[in-house]
Amino acid sequence: MALNTPHAPAITAAEVTAPATGAQIAAALREAGIAALLTLGLSIPILAFKTEQDQANALYLQPRWGMVAAACALIFALRFALCLRAARRAAAPARPKAPASPALQKLFGIAVPLFLGVAVTYPMLATLASGGLGGARYWIDLGILILTYVMLGWGLNIVVGLAGLLDLGYVAFYAVGAYSYALLSTTFGWSFWLCLPLAGILAAFWGIILGFPVLRLRGDYLAIVTLAFGEIIRLVLINWVDLTNGGAGISSIPRVTFFGVPFDSSEDGFASLFGIPFSPMHRMVFLYYLILVLALITNLVTIRLRRLPVGRAWEALREDEIACRSLGINTRNTKLTAFAIGAMFGGFAGSFFAVRQGFVSPESFNFLESAIILSIVVLGGMGSQVGVAIAAVLMVGAPELLRNLDFLKQVFGAGFDPNEYRLLIFGLAMVAMMVWRPRGLVGHREPSIVLTERKAIAGSLVKEGHG
Amino acid sequence: MRWQDDPVLEVEHLKMRFGGLVAVNDLSFSVGRGDITALIGPNGAGKTTVFNCITGFYRPSEGMLSLRHDDGTTLLLERLPGHSISWKAKVARTFQNIRLFTGMTVLENLLVARHNPLMLASGFTVFGLLGLPGFRDAERQAVEQAKFWLEKINLIDRADDPAGDLPYGAQRRLEIARAMCTDPILLCLDEPAAGLNPRESHELNELLLSIRQDHGTSILLIEHDMSVVMGISDHVVVLDYGTKIADGTPEEVRNDQSVIAAYLGVEDEEVEHVEAEVGL
Repeated sequence: MALNTPHAPAITAAEVTAPATGAQIAAALREAGIAALLTLGLSIPILAFKTEQDQANALYLQPRWGMVAAACALIFALRFALCLRAARRAAAPARPKAPASPALQKLFGIAVPLFLGVAVTYPMLATLASGGLGGARYWIDLGILILTYVMLGWGLNIVVGLAGLLDLGYVAFYAVGAYSYALLSTTFGWSFWLCLPLAGILAAFWGIILGFPVLRLRGDYLAIVTLAFGEIIRLVLINWVDLTNGGAGISSIPRVTFFGVPFDSSEDGFASLFGIPFSPMHRMVFLYYLILVLALITNLVTIRLRRLPVGRAWEALREDEIACRSLGINTRNTKLTAFAIGAMFGGFAGSFFAVRQGFVSPESFNFLESAIILSIVVLGGMGSQVGVAIAAVLMVGAPELLRNLDFLKQVFGAGFDPNEYRLLIFGLAMVAMMVWRPRGLVGHREPSIVLTERKAIAGSLVKEGHG
Repeated sequence: MRWQDDPVLEVEHLKMRFGGLVAVNDLSFSVGRGDITALIGPNGAGKTTVFNCITGFYRPSEGMLSLRHDDGTTLLLERLPGHSISWKAKVARTFQNIRLFTGMTVLENLLVARHNPLMLASGFTVFGLLGLPGFRDAERQAVEQAKFWLEKINLIDRADDPAGDLPYGAQRRLEIARAMCTDPILLCLDEPAAGLNPRESHELNELLLSIRQDHGTSILLIEHDMSVVMGISDHVVVLDYGTKIADGTPEEVRNDQSVIAAYLGVEDEEVEHVEAEVGL
């Protein structure tokens, strides 16, 4: 025994760093060969020939065998490397997996004050960085866009993240809110501050209307019906021309005012009231803070709701609906409140959208919007509020980066527009996420009440809900 | 007999049909107030179906389930909507395959059981959202009650752990504690001792006896573990093929010919004799 002990670690260490054996290499070569053959088969119809026109406008085939060879070689090399790595991993002794990396936990800990600080000072930072209020227009506009999605994400998080009901038609409530403000303000001339709560109430009402038929549905069926609901609302907006002006949309919606003081260069305007030189950017900055406040209200209400019986009932519903019933929870009402409150915040965001754009049309409320909002919630993970905020910044902010990658034009030629690859990158990012962090950026759940010590709950224990 | 003089639950002519299959046929029995009543029978006898009817998961095809509260009010369980059975009729249950909220902490699990009283205290969320003191007091009380039960089931040290991380026996105990947090007058346990080792099974007996003694809760349980059934129950009802074949004290049931036949089968030459005795 005593003699053996010093050797034992040496053996394991040797195993870890041992070069791949001949059998492993052979297996990897075989795998890589198969992959290369598959690539060859696939690339012959796709890559091997290109149709071109000659001077007489006749089509001819231009062979591109070099490209096929390159693709096959690339796949061969990648597959070979991957197989070797997998073989080596399997040989190495399994290391116990850390439940959640403390560095990441710490990062989320400082993320909240950092985010809040950046969000509050963002217009100032943007102004400083771009050397003037006028130059910051693009950045403040982007900030407004991101915050709108943060708010929508937080709203949908109640339905999907907490109650576990998959809602693919959330954009419908966004549309209801936007059209409520657009119609109420253009028809009756009501102010934004009056229309905002009304838009929320109307959206909540539609949330309940959607909620009723889907109460008994689960999973795929729930997703399909909510998807259909979103489309129905959009199609009604297009086709009910008398009310909504159809596809042309509603324009000249009254702009936002500073609690009744308009943002214009007149005597009674915001600028002269405060004795500062007029700038059209004042309204933008005000809009920025308006959506910031709305988003923060959404966040605070959600955090509060999670600690109330209704919030716990939502999460319990996500965990086990039958157990909820046996404990006397009225699952119907609980689901309806989740739909209604989620929809209400969608409605608030919608009326903000209308007042910001000054124009609404059904085109703004297509399925892609729902998909983006849902991806934000899923990417955020575990019903986490911080996760949703980070996901919204990534999902909405990152594509904007693509507009600024001019150096890629030098690599791929002047006609290359990285922005066109937005959805491709988006899809790849989603696939990568599902492989590495299947439960979203925040892979753990925070308990809503603590007796002695706060412990994060591992994502593997938390259920996804019925949809 | 207490189940005849002062029943908390009376099941009368209960019939549950699933299409052509009659799972429970014309079943009548009563559960005495303060008794531990065991519902036993071979697999597929319809025990869990009876439970599902009592706790509102199934609507019986025929029959009446009347629950008598201490103050004399009678509720017909088959007419109540599912969620009212716990809240209004005060009947709680556990499940054969444990149904805890695995991603929530032990404490959260117990607080979810206080949903209805806390919902009232939070003014259906409005007062709670405003942070009024009434809700905070109610929540503190709910936490106190949860702590009481956690101490009772020896899980107070794990209050902040996710319920899904607990060992199997502890999950069983937690599910019973969660059901007890709804302040039931009748607690229905579906195979509480399944998968427990003899020591855990003994602890379960102690827990059930103390629930009956300290809280006056009547207990109806389905069980295969005869040490639990014979050890603690006051009254045993035996089901086979959806009908009642015996009903009485553990002693009576133990010596009942039809029960022995249903559980153990009989020798070939005795079949006719026993069938005649049982009335088949």
